Amino acid sequence: MNFEFSEEQNLLREQAQSFLKDQCSLKAVRAVLDGDQPFDQGLWQKVSEMGWTATTIPEEYDGLGLSYLELSVIAEELGRQIAPIPFSSSVYLATEALLLAGSDAQKAHWLPQMASGAVIGCLAVNESAGEPGPESLTSRFRGGSLTGSKIPVADGDIAHLAIVLAAADEGPTAVLVDLNQAGVSRSSVQTIDPSRSHARVDFDGAAAEVLGQPGDGWSLLQRVYDRAAVLFAWEQVGGAETALNMAKEYALGRFAFGRSIASYQAIKHKLAHAYVKNTLARSNCYYGAWALSTNAAELPLAAATARVAATQAYYYASKENIQTHGGMGFTWEFDCQFPYRRSKLLAVTIGSEAVWQEKLISAVESAHAA
Amino acid sequence: MDFNDTQQEAEFRSEVQAWLASNVPTEAELSGLDYIGRAKLWQKRKYDAGWACLRWPKEHGGRGASAIEQVIFNQEESKFETPDGIFAIGQGMCAPTMMTWATEAQNQRFMPPLASGEEVWCQLFSEPAGGSDLAALRTRAVKDGDDWIVNGQKIWTSGAHYSDYGVLVLRTDPDVPKHQGLTYFFLDMKSPGIEIKPIKQISGGANFNEVYFTDVRIPDAQRLGAVGQGWQVALTTLMNERASIGGGGGGCNFDSVFDLAKRVNLAGRPAIEDPSVRRKLADWYVQESGLKFTGYRSMTALSKGEIPGPENSIGKLVGAPKQQDMASFALDLLDQHGVIWDSELSEKAGLFQAAYMGSPGLRIAGGTDEIMANIIAERVLGLPQDVRVDKGIPFKDVPTSAS
Repeated sequence: MNFEFSEEQNLLREQAQSFLKDQCSLKAVRAVLDGDQPFDQGLWQKVSEMGWTATTIPEEYDGLGLSYLELSVIAEELGRQIAPIPFSSSVYLATEALLLAGSDAQKAHWLPQMASGAVIGCLAVNESAGEPGPESLTSRFRGGSLTGSKIPVADGDIAHLAIVLAAADEGPTAVLVDLNQAGVSRSSVQTIDPSRSHARVDFDGAAAEVLGQPGDGWSLLQRVYDRAAVLFAWEQVGGAETALNMAKEYALGRFAFGRSIASYQAIKHKLAHAYVKNTLARSNCYYGAWALSTNAAELPLAAATARVAATQAYYYASKENIQTHGGMGFTWEFDCQFPYRRSKLLAVTIGSEAVWQEKLISAVESAHAA
Repeated sequence: MDFNDTQQEAEFRSEVQAWLASNVPTEAELSGLDYIGRAKLWQKRKYDAGWACLRWPKEHGGRGASAIEQVIFNQEESKFETPDGIFAIGQGMCAPTMMTWATEAQNQRFMPPLASGEEVWCQLFSEPAGGSDLAALRTRAVKDGDDWIVNGQKIWTSGAHYSDYGVLVLRTDPDVPKHQGLTYFFLDMKSPGIEIKPIKQISGGANFNEVYFTDVRIPDAQRLGAVGQGWQVALTTLMNERASIGGGGGGCNFDSVFDLAKRVNLAGRPAIEDPSVRRKLADWYVQESGLKFTGYRSMTALSKGEIPGPENSIGKLVGAPKQQDMASFALDLLDQHGVIWDSELSEKAGLFQAAYMGSPGLRIAGGTDEIMANIIAERVLGLPQDVRVDKGIPFKDVPTSAS
């Protein structure tokens, strides 16, 4: 049994932790939240210089060719610091989609620029409220041209490249769109987590090219989501630990009725249950990381298991962190808002808890039918 | 990251597999024996071949094996239908305490027959006035020459009626604060003055007993640790209890409820097609999977010769309530048939009903949900203890009721 990260991977974790502690404190998150910059450009540049954006990109495309275990380590640490950068959009979603379905020419054009961080990618699927489906797409791709509106697109206002799901004659199709062109207009939208920017993106006859096979877009999207779900889950676990630690530190120092509130069972049990949820989520993330890094046939099940557990853990820890802080936790001045905002942002991006619960049971049914 | 054995582990596993394949008792060999006889037959066979209590030193009847080898043996043994053990408390909790605190001569006398199953041990800790607050126990031991004379009552003693020996904590000094007045002993369960009464549970079974002591004599030589040091000795036992008592049991797990949901109808279609059913099942899958892979992480630590982290402390707190919630849900799926508890008429011979009626006990035995949450909060997260109003007060002055 060797169900653990290697020494090299743990070393990477230590480096990531000390780097992020220095470069991405919660003050950096607050600066983006309060300021008018859509993301922390300095941090993005440093993260790119360290090669994090290049982690799983093969060396032939100027990547590092490392495994998904290394990327899992980075994801957890970025999640722990609630990093205000477009890492999930560009690395877990756009890069993964290109790696899965890009032609040699597409990969040769885009991946080196994404590895260096010069190009930020994003994924545009949703158009209206509710879970999107292959029949619900109103964006239209025909003859190399894309028309329609996507809202919200995570990092759609700062990205250079979008992978867009659109209806086509062959069926739902994924297309690559260079966002810096005349047929594209974008505007930022207000969200519950202003430390990560979102946009409305309108395409009016924008030039686009097919990614993968025409009509195969929905199936490709599911494969990208299964992979990204593991990495999102690691970010969520990292954030959930931050929320639990904030609650713990505050409870230890806060006195009421003559003693530390951390000595009251009402608080202790709340935090013990957060620890339980975080531990279940972490162990399930190990399972997801193993499945992703080995390309296991059970990846859809492992990904859904990690994703559901991590979504539940982060929500619980972040809401009970505010509760443990009492009124101060509800103030803008305190940092409790960051994990609470981020937990819901991560929970509804790439499909909500209910969506992944359904995927989990479907995957169990497939396994039993096989 | 992989789930593979090291070469050494793989060799050990095949050795275990080969031995089990030709030595697990057949139904013919077991026929005519009650569950105690069956358990003893299997344990003795393992002992004779050197497969009992693997981690114990050889001179005490073990194999001197590593922790990961014990895990591998357990995994392989669980693939066979073997008689249910009655030795978990004796071998898992009493033995580590004896090996830490008893004399070498005592261990040479008592450990081999405990390993072989020829002698069964029980643990007498809880009392009517001392459950979660174990140190509030009141059964008195008074020194009389080279003996102690014991009077009082223990409760929730699993297997007392078939045990040969037991370990117990007694109050030797009521004039000092509660933790300081305790002393730890082991005793012969056939001693004169011991009366054992089974407790019938809401599940219909009677795994526990009340044990009454009337002028029972325990030789001072059977004291473990110093007089007044009983709480410290008891912690050795309790540390091993939480490792021995899991949250599982009853067989009401994800697979059984998932299978049931495919076979019964809800709103005119198979229940498994109902989104609310699917969401609940997904949550339980996540919990089971999380516990399984938490176990794998601990196994990895053992495999490397390291001590597992605190993550395993969540097992009972997750497993026991899950068992209850899943059983309750399964009965709901059965609709009115859920009330039927009959080995012929019920689904799976009444497995879900047995789990429904048995799971309240799982949430209490070996540390209630609330105590387990306290343990995680205090020992894992480092939060302070709750205020203890009996701290520093002579035990005899501690209030015991509202009046």
